[in-house]
Parts: sequence; C-alpha cells; structure tokens
Amino acid sequence: MLLSHRSSTGDLVTAVRKHANSELLKGTLDMMILRTLITGDAHGHTIAKVIERTSEDVLEVEEGSLYPALHRLEDRRWVSSYWGTSENNRKAKFYRLTAAGRKQLSFETSRWRQMARAIALVMGEKMQAEGGE
Amino acid sequence: MRWRKLFHRSQGDADLLQEIRLHLEEEIEENVGRGMAPGEARRKAYLKFGSSQRVRETLWQQNSLVFAESIFRDLKYASRSLTRTPGFTLMAVLVMALGIGANAAMFTVVRSVLFKPLPYKDPARLVALYQHDPSAKDQDNYVAAGNFTDWSEHSHSLESMAMVTPWAAYDFSEAGGSHPEKIDAAWCSWNMFSILGVPAAYGRVFNAQDDRPDASATVILSWGFWKRRLGGDPSIIGRSIFLRGLPYTVIGIMPASFDYPEKQDQVWTPAHHEGSAHLLQSRDDHEYKVIARLKPGITLRQAVSELDAIEKRIKQEYPGLPVEPGVSGRPLLDDLVGDYKTPLYMLLAATTCVLLIACLNVANLLVARTAARRREVAIRSALGASRWRALREQLTESFLLATAGGAFGVGLAYAAITWIAHAQQNMVRVDSIGVDTPALLFVTGVTLASGLLAGIIPALATGKERNLVALQESSRSQSGGRNRARLRKALLAIEVGLTVVLLVTAGLLLKSYNRLRAVDMGCATRNVLTLQFTLPGPPNRRVAFLSQLIERVRALPGAKAAGLVTAAPGAGWWEDTPVTVVEHPPAAKGDVLDPIARSADPDYFRAMQIPLLRGRAFSETDRLQNANVAILSKRAAEEFFAGEDPIGKHLKITQEPDAPPLEIIGIVGDTRFHITEDVWPMMYQPVYRGSFGQTTVMVRSDHEVETLARPMQQIISNMDPGLALGEALTMQQIIDRSVSSASFHSRFILLFATIALISAMAGLYGVVAYLVTQRTNEIGIRMALGAQRSEVLRIMLIDGLWPAWIGLALGLAGAACTMQLVRKMLYDVQPLDWTVFAAVTVVLSLVAALACLIPAWQASRFAPMEALRME
Repeated sequence: MLLSHRSSTGDLVTAVRKHANSELLKGTLDMMILRTLITGDAHGHTIAKVIERTSEDVLEVEEGSLYPALHRLEDRRWVSSYWGTSENNRKAKFYRLTAAGRKQLSFETSRWRQMARAIALVMGEKMQAEGGE
Repeated sequence: MRWRKLFHRSQGDADLLQEIRLHLEEEIEENVGRGMAPGEARRKAYLKFGSSQRVRETLWQQNSLVFAESIFRDLKYASRSLTRTPGFTLMAVLVMALGIGANAAMFTVVRSVLFKPLPYKDPARLVALYQHDPSAKDQDNYVAAGNFTDWSEHSHSLESMAMVTPWAAYDFSEAGGSHPEKIDAAWCSWNMFSILGVPAAYGRVFNAQDDRPDASATVILSWGFWKRRLGGDPSIIGRSIFLRGLPYTVIGIMPASFDYPEKQDQVWTPAHHEGSAHLLQSRDDHEYKVIARLKPGITLRQAVSELDAIEKRIKQEYPGLPVEPGVSGRPLLDDLVGDYKTPLYMLLAATTCVLLIACLNVANLLVARTAARRREVAIRSALGASRWRALREQLTESFLLATAGGAFGVGLAYAAITWIAHAQQNMVRVDSIGVDTPALLFVTGVTLASGLLAGIIPALATGKERNLVALQESSRSQSGGRNRARLRKALLAIEVGLTVVLLVTAGLLLKSYNRLRAVDMGCATRNVLTLQFTLPGPPNRRVAFLSQLIERVRALPGAKAAGLVTAAPGAGWWEDTPVTVVEHPPAAKGDVLDPIARSADPDYFRAMQIPLLRGRAFSETDRLQNANVAILSKRAAEEFFAGEDPIGKHLKITQEPDAPPLEIIGIVGDTRFHITEDVWPMMYQPVYRGSFGQTTVMVRSDHEVETLARPMQQIISNMDPGLALGEALTMQQIIDRSVSSASFHSRFILLFATIALISAMAGLYGVVAYLVTQRTNEIGIRMALGAQRSEVLRIMLIDGLWPAWIGLALGLAGAACTMQLVRKMLYDVQPLDWTVFAAVTVVLSLVAALACLIPAWQASRFAPMEALRME
C-alpha cells in the first residue's frame, strides 16, 4: 500500500519550529499562548518574545503559526482582542484571556502534565516537569 | 465571529496586515536596541517572520467554509470537464431541458385541469347525474325534464338539484335589431347558481319566481358578453336586451370566472320559462344535464341508489317510452374533465418517458466519463481521497447538467403552458392552467431527482471497483471496460425500450388521425362553404326567405352549386325526431326509431354530391302543407325497413300526433353528423315545409370558396339585417376542428418520440464508439491474426446492436401491454395494430444500424500495427 496521508490543508499549526531536538505536539502552542496571557493582555510580538524568553530561547515561535493560532483562539472565544497602543506607542492588537480561556488553560495544563509524566515514565528517566506548582 | 469573519474577510485581512506590520516594527526596534545596524535589523526581522503572505493565506482559508469552498471547487471542476465535451453536454442539457420542461408543463396542466378543486362552494359535494342504461352503447344519457321533476320531488339525499341545457342558443340583437349575433346560452333551473355557490358579480341570480312558465323573461349575462356587447355598464341591470326579438330583463352579471356548463355560454335563462310545456313534461326527450349538491354525510353511491329506485318506478309507469332503467352519477369534476383524462395522462406519461431517457442519456455520458478517468480516480483514492469525494464529483456533474436543464426547462415549460392554453382554447378549465408554487416545486424536485438518478447510476457502479485492480490495469485493457460497457448497454436497452413505446404510441395516434382525416363524410368536402343561421317566423315567411336566398346565392359568380340543409355534415347532431312506421305493427315497448332530423332543399343532394340511391329528390312543389314527404339515408332505410322497400311507406312523427304521416319518396347516401362518430340513420324533410328554423346554406365552388363568404353574408344581411349569422366555415374547417385534438395529440407524441429516437441513437453511437476504443487492441490482434475487415465490422456492429435489439424487444412488449390504455383515443385502429409495430421495428432497426455502423466501420479501417501500438 502506498503511504496514506490524510488532510493536507488542515494543518494550520506546524507548531513551534524544531529547535534543538524538541518537537512539540499540536495544540501545545495554543496552551502556551493562553499561559502567557495569564500575566496580562499582550500583542502578538510580546507573546512570542515571552514564550521564547521563558523557554530560555529553546522554543522559537514561528510567526507563521502564531497569528493563525491567535485568531483560532479568538474564534473559540478563549481570548478576546482589542486595538490599543503598544509600549512604543504604535497601534497594536491586544489579546486578553477570557473566562473560557482560563478554564481551557487549566484543562490543557493538567493534560500536559499527565502526558509529560507518562513520557518520562516510558523513558525511564527521572525527569522533572518544569514549573511544577 | 466565524460567519462575520467569512463575510468580512477583506477587513480581517487588513487588520492582520496591521498586526504583522506592528510585529515587524517591534522586532526591528528590538534588533536595533541590541546594537544592529538599521538595515541589518530590518533584514533579520523579516527573515525571522518568514512569509507574511503565507500567514495571510492561512488565515484566509481558516476563515472560510471548507465545505462551501469545496463544493464551489467541485462545481468549477465539473463545469470545466463538461465544457471539454461541448457537443455532448449541449445535447444532454437540451434533452434534459426538454424532458423537464415538457414534464413540468404537463404536470401543471394535469394538476390544474384534473385535480384542482372546482371554483365552487364545497365542490366535493357536487355531482352530475344521468339516466343510465347498461345495455346501450352510450350508457349515460341526458335527463328528460319529466324525470328530473320526479327525481327532485322524491329524493331526500340531495340538498338540491338543478337541470341545465348544454346546447341552447339565441339570436341577440341591439335595440332596433341592429348588430345581430348568434350567441350560445344555457337554460338552467333557478337554483343552479346557488347549488354551485357562485353569486352574481352585479345584480342577482335567478329565484324560484323567475323560473316559471308564466314569469316575465329574465336573463343573466356572462362577464365577457357584458363587456363585449354592452360596454361593461352596470346600469344595464333592470334594463332589457333582445333575444330572438323579444325583450329579456337583465337581472345579473356573473363574474368572469364563471363558465358553467360551457365555456362559450354567453347568457343564462330560466329553464322553466324557456322550455315548452311539452319539453318540460317529456319523459323521452333527453335534453338536460342534471347537477346536484349532496346532503352532508351522504355519499354519491347512496344518492344514486335512491334515484335509481325512483327511476325504476318511472320506467314501470311508462313502459312504452325510451326511459332508461337506471341512474348514474359522478363527481362534478369528473364529469367536466372525464374526456380529458386519457389524453392528459398519456401526454404526462410520454413526457416522463422523455425525461427518463434524458436521465439515462446523462447517466450514460457520465459512465463514459468515469471510464476515462478511472486511473485518475484510483490514484487519488490511493492517496487518500474518500469515496464520497469521488461520488460527489460525479453527482456534481449530473446535478450541474440537470440544473442547467431545469433552468431552461422552466422557461420551456412556461412557453409550453402558454402555448397549450392558447392552442387548446376549447379544453375545459383551460383558464385554470397556470404556473404556480406547486408547479415550481415540482420542477425543482424533478430537476434534483433527475440529477440524482443520472449521477447515482454510474457512481454506484464505480464504487465497487478495487483501486489496485484499476491501477494495475492498463487504461485500455478489456476486463474493466467490459463491465462498464455492460452497464452502458443496459442503460441503452432501457432507453431504446422507452423510445419504442413512444414510437408505437405516436404511430398508432398518427394512423388513427390519418384514418380520421380520410373518413368519407358522404358528401363533397373540397371547396364547400357553409353558413348557418336561425330563421324566425311563420313557415310561409321562412319559405319565401329561403327560396329567394338560395336563388341569389346560386347567382353568385363562382358558385357552382348551392343547397340548404339544417346543418352541414360533420357539424353535429342538432336534431332528432322519434318516428314510427305506419305500415308496421306497433314496435316493441320502448323500441323507438330515432333518426337525426334534417331539412333539405330540392337541390341539396345534387349540390353536395350526396348520391340519390332510389326514388326521387324533393321537388319545388313539396311546400308547406304539401310537403308531407321524407327521404331516408341508406342507413335509415336499412335499419327501419330490413328487407323491405321503403319507397311509398309512411313515417309518423310521434311528437306531432295530429300531423299527417310522411311518405318516403327516396333514399340517399349516408352522411356523417360528426367525423369521429358512426353513421347514424338520417331522415330528411323538405326545407320548404317551413318547420325548421335552423338552416345552413352550403355553396360549392371550383376554387377558393372562401372568397364567397363575404358576398353570401352580404346577401343575407341585405335581405334581413337583423338576422344573426354563424361563422362562415368551409367543410374542411369543420372537419379540422373535429379532429384538432387528435392532430394535437399525435403531433405532440410524435415530437417526443422523435426526440427520444435521436437521443437513444446518440447514446447508441456513443456506446459503440466507446467499445471500439476499448477494443482497439483486441481488434489489432485479430487483424494481425488474419481477421477480415468485414469480420471486424460484423463483430462491432453486433456488439452495438445487441442493446438495441433487447431494447426493441422490451419496448414492443411494453407497448403491447400499455397500448390498451390509449384505446379510447384511437379511431378505427386496434391498439395492437401490427403494421404500426412492424413499422416501428423497421425504423428503429434502420436507425440503430446507422448509429452503430459509423464507429464500427471506423474500427474495421484500423491499420493493425497502429491498433496494436495504441497501448
């Protein structure tokens, strides 16, 4: 049989670009965006910078994925948006976490934890899940 | 959100651009802050962001409806592939449009005429009643007024009952007798209007006081007549108009939609005021239609059985009279449209056949198309395209064809309906025909169903195939193609079968029509002009008028011969007169001689070339009191005097007991009173007896007899300007009018049969051509091994002709089963007329052979090496 590869157009998120050896699962970017917004409203550039910096520059957010992701989150009403001015006094579109977004974030977080733990167990290494609260 | 974004994608895109610009600017600033040169900072920022165009595209798509867009893509794809074969597409759309249009038009007509409730109050309870004799040829007879009176007095199951004549007529004239006109009218019981539940538009309808012999004369006008002749002035109510010279007070005007009992009726007058005392008491003069309203909760059957009992009592009371022994009834709607059921259903069935053929044709086209795209589809499905996806593409194509066909079809249907309403003016309820919501829903439904049918047949056939098989197979190998060819052949056989049924129907109707046209009327029919009028007055004034008239007409330049008669042959029944033979013992009870009655002048038979078989024609001296003579038609002589010589015998008119008997002086050839009816016994009396008011002057010429119409009208209006004249008609026109519906039906069906034949043959050609390309390789091998060209030709021909033969057999069998249904529409032709079946077989075989011959011949011309290399 030939290789069967379903749906070619649906892949809107190529997720985060492979950097170092990390390949992130689909949906992870959404989760990280939501997480970033917990600390306050932000526009796209800030969000990307925050993710990169907190990951100690391991994760590099590809803008080609960031904006479609932001719009998708908005469609799902997990974030809302408004036009404001950036720190540098430019017209910018700010995103804000909604109540539904908060709920989604906690759901995604717990799922992520389970997943990370499961993978760690399989790998037989004592890995610490980052940012354990 | 989503929907808003879908419709505001451009706005969203502008916003996104702004967002991206901001991002880049922030990035550049940051880079500059890190100490990069501005150019470098800019370059890095852009590099990092990547293609902003891709982001925009991704979002654009994200905000669209995937399903809608893919349908749009399917449509684009389908229309592209359809335009690649414009010939076949055009043909398919055309046939589809014809099928859908004709079908929708016939549906509308059938629904409007046969099913729409009558525009009367509570129409379900309205019934028509007849005197019924199960042993007679025409079982239902009109009702005699005497019986009607008994019925209405003794029945309890009916709310009320009314009688109405379908045949009355008046000479209408304006004050002073100017602008005379013959108008159709109905004599009706006063309660006819209230039974139907239709009030007058102006004034009132009749009441019981108007409907008595001693009442003053009243009349109700039809809307059309009132507008046309009285200027639509409502103040006419209460004033008088003149009918046959007598004043009638106008009491009401009916709305435009009211046309009971006949479309052409112009006025209504009260039956009991107009009918003679003799007519109103008669038990053997069947002149009235009877309509009634059932009491609530009473069924038609109950009412009929009650009346039946009453009728049986009357029969016992008057054993010697022609009283039918029973009563029959039917819903008023059936009564009105009964005669139209068979032809309308037949036309609907025929159009459905054409539609089915159109669907099969499109299905056939699509099978061929899928065959060509087989590998492509297999590869795509191997790459993950779903089966639904392939099915959808096919359905899209067939829906596209059907929709295009449907769109044209609606226009066609509209034109057809307009045309039918125009061409079939005499058809009952023709005014109720119109395009309405159900008709449009029907078109939509039919269009979708056609698309589905045409698309699903090939789609289902492809579904079963294994991808691997399709991929391994070379595009022109035989096995898979065979399967598909079998499907195409099966479709084709059905198509041919339907075509054959249509052809047989058309053949039978055409033959019947030609038989009708060829019917011997018994008199001259070429270059004969007729003009009818009703002469008032005492016999001697009539006689004087007529003898003067005929002399002047004969003197007209171009007139070769002229005669006077009550009604021209073929122009209808008009009058009959029950008689007894004086020399015979009293006839068995209820057995009366009832010849059609005609008056004729001495020269009529010679002028109209009706042969005088025995005895003499009338003479100029057979006048007034000396006119007690009669001439019988051949049929009358045979029926009334089996084995005897009628000449010199005497006939007594039963309704004129005091008049002297008539001596039979001659026998003439038969003429028909109506072209589609059997010859009926006819009795002539001298026109100069003066007893007939109804008269037709007939003139024969060598050529262009129509030119005599004006001079003839001139002569009459010079003699009596107040005399209303009927239409001047040639004998040919009279005949044409009688056979117009037969002509209409046969042409209509012939048209459809031709369309069916053409599309079936196009299908046949397509299949054989396809088989040839499928088998090119095989043919090459055969030829390389020594097969003769004629052999190849034979193989390919037979291969293609098989479905045609099977279809022919199916069609002939189908026609043999269904043609009984059109028996009623056939004149002098049997439903299983073998000549028609044989002719259809020959025509179809020839055309099919021709359609197969072209591609088969091409196949036999292949150069073997080329054919082999085609792989």
